[in-house]
Amino acid sequence: MAENGNGSVKEGFEMPEIKYTKLFINGEFVDAASGKEFETRDPRTGDVIANIAEADKVDVDLAIKAAREAFDHGPWPRMSGYERGRILHKYADLIEQHIEELAALDGIDAGKLFAFGKAVDIPGAIRMLRYYASAADKIHGETLKLNGAYQGYTLKEPIGVVGVIIPWNFPSMMFFLKVSPALAAGCTVVVKPAEQTPLSALFYAKLAKEAGIPDGALNVVNGFGPTAGAALTSHMDVDNISFTGSPEIGSVIMQSAATSNLKTVSLELGGKSPMIIFDDANLDMAVGLASAAVFFNKGEICVAGSRVYVQEGIYDEFVKKVIEVAKGWVVGDPFDPKVNMGPQVDKVQYERVLKYIEYGKRDGATLLTGGKPCGEKGYYIEPTIFADVKEDMKIAQDEIFGPVMSLIKFKTIEEAIERANCTKYGLAAGILTNDINIANRVSRSVRAGTVWINCYFVFDADAPFGGFKMSGFGRDQGMNAIEKYLQVKSVITPIYNSPWL
Amino acid sequence: MMGQRLVSSLLSRCLYASHRILNPLTRQERKLGLARRISQRFSTLTAIEDPVTPPVEVKYTKLLINGQFVDAASGKTFPTLDPRTGEVIAHVAEGDSVDIDCAVKVARKAFDEGPWPKMTAYERSRILFKFADLIDEHNDELAALESWDNGKPFEQSAKEEVPLLSRTIRYYAGWADKIHGLIVPGDGAHHVQVLREPIGVAGQIIPWNFPLVMFAWKVGPALACGNTVVLKPAEQTPLTALYAAALLHEAGLPDGVLNVVSGFGPTAGSALAGHMEVDKIAFTGSTGAGKIIQELAAKSNLKSVTLELGGKSPFIVMDDANVDQAVELAHSALFHNQGQCCCAGSRTFVHERVYDEFVEKAKARALKRVVGDPFKQGVEQGPQIDEEQFSKILEYITSGIDSGATLVAGGGRAGNKGFYIQPTVFSDVKDEMTIAQEEIFGPVQTILKFKNLNEVIQRANASPYGLAAGVFTNNLNNANTLMRALRVGTVWINCYNLLDAAIPFGGYKMSGIGREKGMDSLNSYLQVKAVITPLENHAWL
Repeated sequence: MAENGNGSVKEGFEMPEIKYTKLFINGEFVDAASGKEFETRDPRTGDVIANIAEADKVDVDLAIKAAREAFDHGPWPRMSGYERGRILHKYADLIEQHIEELAALDGIDAGKLFAFGKAVDIPGAIRMLRYYASAADKIHGETLKLNGAYQGYTLKEPIGVVGVIIPWNFPSMMFFLKVSPALAAGCTVVVKPAEQTPLSALFYAKLAKEAGIPDGALNVVNGFGPTAGAALTSHMDVDNISFTGSPEIGSVIMQSAATSNLKTVSLELGGKSPMIIFDDANLDMAVGLASAAVFFNKGEICVAGSRVYVQEGIYDEFVKKVIEVAKGWVVGDPFDPKVNMGPQVDKVQYERVLKYIEYGKRDGATLLTGGKPCGEKGYYIEPTIFADVKEDMKIAQDEIFGPVMSLIKFKTIEEAIERANCTKYGLAAGILTNDINIANRVSRSVRAGTVWINCYFVFDADAPFGGFKMSGFGRDQGMNAIEKYLQVKSVITPIYNSPWL
Repeated sequence: MMGQRLVSSLLSRCLYASHRILNPLTRQERKLGLARRISQRFSTLTAIEDPVTPPVEVKYTKLLINGQFVDAASGKTFPTLDPRTGEVIAHVAEGDSVDIDCAVKVARKAFDEGPWPKMTAYERSRILFKFADLIDEHNDELAALESWDNGKPFEQSAKEEVPLLSRTIRYYAGWADKIHGLIVPGDGAHHVQVLREPIGVAGQIIPWNFPLVMFAWKVGPALACGNTVVLKPAEQTPLTALYAAALLHEAGLPDGVLNVVSGFGPTAGSALAGHMEVDKIAFTGSTGAGKIIQELAAKSNLKSVTLELGGKSPFIVMDDANVDQAVELAHSALFHNQGQCCCAGSRTFVHERVYDEFVEKAKARALKRVVGDPFKQGVEQGPQIDEEQFSKILEYITSGIDSGATLVAGGGRAGNKGFYIQPTVFSDVKDEMTIAQEEIFGPVQTILKFKNLNEVIQRANASPYGLAAGVFTNNLNNANTLMRALRVGTVWINCYNLLDAAIPFGGYKMSGIGREKGMDSLNSYLQVKAVITPLENHAWL
């Protein structure tokens, strides 16, 4: 039934049973203190999936109290890194036993491709968790070289209670991107998932307990940004806040940290990442990568390659081919394995994307393909390509977070670099060329946190990820991410009669 | 091996163990001329009766080459003996240079053609993690086999060493996907990457005192880095390496990646160390054999060498020490594993102010040490590994007596069969005595008196070895001074024998080259490749 354009929605997939809908605080599922609930909806239909306990300040306070207690007096930071690692590996084993169910939860909650969830999202989350499970016993301080008869060394201590606020586009991946290094470091955590996608995080909370993560070390409080999120970021007993989401909210979070206890902050925000395709690139590869870079996950990905710069020598041919690819891109029910692209996550996003398509037309860009909703219900949008885009147009400046490609022709390397950097964002960039000098030059010149050369979306647990400029600061993934969750303490003492200094 | 925690739990058990009359000295000891000198009243030993039947069967006795258990090309076998009785446990295929050639050839192919080094590091780590899980599942079988072949207490194998094997494998499994080279700054417009590549085929020769732990220290980092391996276990203890290697294959290790060739040093060991297709040789054993290995490497293809050799490690008890605690720690530092530890605290330096009390208590502690069948609960000390070591240790004891040291406990054989030796303590030991200079590798504690810090530093360092040291004091400044002044690879302050996976271990001076365990060990199994390319119109340097 999956077809491009008509948006027929397949109802065939059996809904996973929704087992957990409450808040997870101090190792227990509990109702919100207020008794309030909110609805989480299926983006394929807009129907309610479940009612979820809605945390506000009172509940967040309780969760932080539990996390504080678990950090200040509990076993978690007092275990050896190896012991923590063993528990986190067990946690990964348990998730592995529920891949299908978890992929289904993210599928109905976020409209994500079920097959992709099973093959990539959930295994990727597991991989992330295992990476940090085995990093837990590899956190090293250093002995120092002091200017005098002193013995000095650094201790890398867990920072304390970590607040985590994550978005809805990759609910599982984001959860483990933040939670795994924090737990590996010995911190305790309070997670606020996105209100659009509260389900899988609760499942993960349950599995954490089963794996042996002590009560209070991991808490999940679903709720909304202005209430639950704000309570977390402004709390005096939270030592670090790690956020992934929009730059607007990132700014609010940073202010909230500044006006409360100066907690450390890391922000992974939006992007308007350039995909730069040079004349010598393999054209078919370029077309494939460029379309995947912006249509993947319905364009709901912070690193979407949403500005496609194509050198003039191959521009016309590129355009012809990329239109074909976009037209062949199958939009439909994410549970249908033939489908390339599901619905946008919710009505707000759906309307926002359509609005930007209107801006594109209004500002004089040429609509090459797509540009319309598809289907009678749900939030499906056609893969859309604009040509003749200029850097000052709204569609070239703002993060659309939808399947909308902006095509731009360029002549020289210098021009490409300058225009690629002509953005307030700096999250990622793609370079397509076989010329080593172009590749090296552009890699260093593009002001972005990740550069993919002749590939895209190659995320890896070992590859640090984060932004330049207004795409945020701090890095997730890799050993760099653990540093966010560690304090550095220098310890210095006099040393007598040392045979060397 | 894991230090105080386990030692103290063993201690509490041994206090309740029955102490029986020791057997009279044997004819062999009379032959060694010891009977006259050794007084029985020093020993309180559990009688060594009929040996307990080990709860395990010997499954693997052949060579493991290219994923297959095969006979030696020559068809030869050698017996591996039970140190409790000297009787044969099994006949094991005896590899020589032909078999080593064959193993190196398949290891070479497995490295050059893959899949092992071509897999992602994550995939390699998954296999190693699986291996660790299988070790845990077979904990008691491995432990029984280890104790049978080696003579070490079963509880020590089962509760310390096999868990340390799986722990170390997990540690290196976790490193596999975290091996990072640096991007280094060039002086000009160049982009410089440093790749850390697997070194190739690693030859590894391990000793008999901790067969499985040594297996972990060698095989763990080598495989995590993507190398292939030819391992030669000690001829005294060939059994557990074969068993562990079989589990590693069950976990999904591709054929040819780990090959185990049992055999003797002069034949199999030399062939491996001198092989032109082996890129790296790692050896743990005696300083004498270490020199031969390095020479073989030098004469063949200049393969890189790491050596973890002997020691004569000082254990220094300062005057502020709680004597009871110091005695217990010094006791375990020396007597652990029948004194067969390269890092044994075999020179016990005691400050003169606490010396007399220390000697009295060290004697009492040694007399309480429970010697017996390693498979009996509560036994702290089993037999020495073999007759050669047994005789050598008894000779050292004679030398100690002859040189004028005071024998305060033990001094002879325990029981009348197998290779048991009484826990032995000498006091009034002088630095120039042979027992204070040479590695005895047996249950012989030598206690030396010192007056002040500078003196003990100088004397502790007056050794060709530099493997480890123990420091017992609560004085922070003394601890810090000793920590820096002692020329040894490991300093344990108020603890001993802590050998966690992440802690680098190795020697200064003639105790060896390179480090095992920790991050440092990875360096031994990686080549460093600098890759430099010009930058045009660079945005920054």
